[in-house]
Amino acid sequence: MSEAPRPKRRFRQRTVIPGFGLTLGYTLTCLGVIVLLPLATLVAKAAGLGPAGIWAVATDPRVASALRVSFGVSLLAALTASIFGGIVAWVLTRYDFPGRKLADAVVDLPFALPTAVAGIALASLYAPNGAVGSQLAKIGIEAAYTPVGIFIAMVFIGLPFAVRTVQPLIAEIDKEVEEASAILGASRIATLTRVVLPPLIPAVLTGFALAFARGVGEYGSIIFIAGNLPYVSEIAPLLIVIKLSEFDYEGASAIAVIMLAISFVTLLAINLIQAWSRRRFGYV
Amino acid sequence: MLALLGPSGSGKTTLLRIIAGLDFPDRGRIIFGGDDATRVPVQQRAVGFVFQHYALFKHMTVAQNIAYGLNARRRSERPEKAEIKRRVGNLLDLIKLSGFADRYPSQLSGGQRQRIALARALAVEPRVLLLDEPFGALDAQVRKDLRRWLREIHDRTGQTTIFVTHDQDEALELSDRVAVLDRGRLEQVGTPDEVQERPVSPTVLKFLGDTIEVEAIAQNGQVLVQGRPTPLTAPQGLSGPVKLYARPWQLQFAEADTAHLHGTVRSSYRTQGRQRIEVDREGAKTVVVEASDTARLAQGREVGLRIVGGWVFP
Repeated sequence: MSEAPRPKRRFRQRTVIPGFGLTLGYTLTCLGVIVLLPLATLVAKAAGLGPAGIWAVATDPRVASALRVSFGVSLLAALTASIFGGIVAWVLTRYDFPGRKLADAVVDLPFALPTAVAGIALASLYAPNGAVGSQLAKIGIEAAYTPVGIFIAMVFIGLPFAVRTVQPLIAEIDKEVEEASAILGASRIATLTRVVLPPLIPAVLTGFALAFARGVGEYGSIIFIAGNLPYVSEIAPLLIVIKLSEFDYEGASAIAVIMLAISFVTLLAINLIQAWSRRRFGYV
Repeated sequence: MLALLGPSGSGKTTLLRIIAGLDFPDRGRIIFGGDDATRVPVQQRAVGFVFQHYALFKHMTVAQNIAYGLNARRRSERPEKAEIKRRVGNLLDLIKLSGFADRYPSQLSGGQRQRIALARALAVEPRVLLLDEPFGALDAQVRKDLRRWLREIHDRTGQTTIFVTHDQDEALELSDRVAVLDRGRLEQVGTPDEVQERPVSPTVLKFLGDTIEVEAIAQNGQVLVQGRPTPLTAPQGLSGPVKLYARPWQLQFAEADTAHLHGTVRSSYRTQGRQRIEVDREGAKTVVVEASDTARLAQGREVGLRIVGGWVFP
């Protein structure tokens, strides 16, 4: 073996699994054409405004407030969806009860539903004269036409992500590991917080990131329930649509680019935390 | 050190889990050194348990795994940090993995993981150490080493230990006493010598090794096979048709006129200085004979076999 001429670079290791070159090329082409090309066009369009122009759009009070609403509420909603989604996933995986399969299928409904349908349903439910909205109004909470409505819609559409990402890991939890913890004298709560939950953290973060991304990008279901009051319950994607309908293409792409940048940074941060937690919790 | 020995499905693991408090008995009580522990919850039972597949905490380092039971204690009973560290160090020495404190279980081999599982169980100084098929998932060589090592640890610490196995060699080599279980019933408890020399039932006998079963007749205290007397004496009050059981080394080749059994050699192979010969008998089960490894017997040759030892059961 030492006599054999060595390849200069060991970029590709010899392997029995074929198709590395082909699949890598395919992947890069797809990423380029389907993802990067449209994004580049978007950036090019916005660049027509120049850095100062983009900055002017970003600091416009109405835009800034819309961005705050979009990202702030998305984060809150993703957090809520992660917690409740985690509980839903736990119950659906760990316990067997009549109707479990049905409940499991219901989780996917927000995926499948056209977002406008979800929006109309939520709006009519949470409107001041709706079934839930009227009850909430009695205790002084206005759900529809406020950021609360946006929050509700985002939790609704984000929930499936939070459930589906942690479910497989919950299913994998080894019963013996829990028993080992109990035998070693740990209380049920200690077993949960120290043995059962830590390995789930990377998956929970994935679910959180997906729910967050979906929340930021959501349009259809939110505009029906949000009320869309400038400075209060107007989301950034709606502002883009408004700009477009006013033929302000560059302004629209500027907002889009800003959203893109914030989303990218946020998702990158979540990914880094995730990579750290994977190492921390022994997924080597 | 007690071995729970039995075929799969005989209830060994269930019994072990009941002792640990992971399963609950329908009847009967669990007594630890005179104290009734039947109703003591698993967390307070002070047992150490080693699972067949280790059940280590994957997201914790080796040291964190071992310290887990100590850290899980209530603050008033928890040793100080330095003391925990010292005890973890001692246990790592004991299992000969001193340099591995900061590794994760996924970076270790099966034998190493099993040792860590053992150290984790020992860390809480349990009243009883329970091992569920501790070597079942390991390859033969590692298994042998670990067995000897476990015996050493036992001799050094004097830790009361109960382990489950379906491997009779493991049980006989390792334990002070063996409990043979079959279909949820305790067949016999005794030292390895006792269960081998005086098995109380054919089940125990069959489970402890290869067995030859022969129809025999008990008469006036004698046991006859095919009308010829054997060196065995019939138990008191037993007469008429009985079953005679013998080990492969309790059969000898003999001339046709003194033999109890007849047959033809089907095959023979050598193992560890001995020769094992399969002999086909007409109208009866094939028997295995063990003889010293000298003259090889040709296939198809007619042989006679004499019974020189064994046990008689009704």
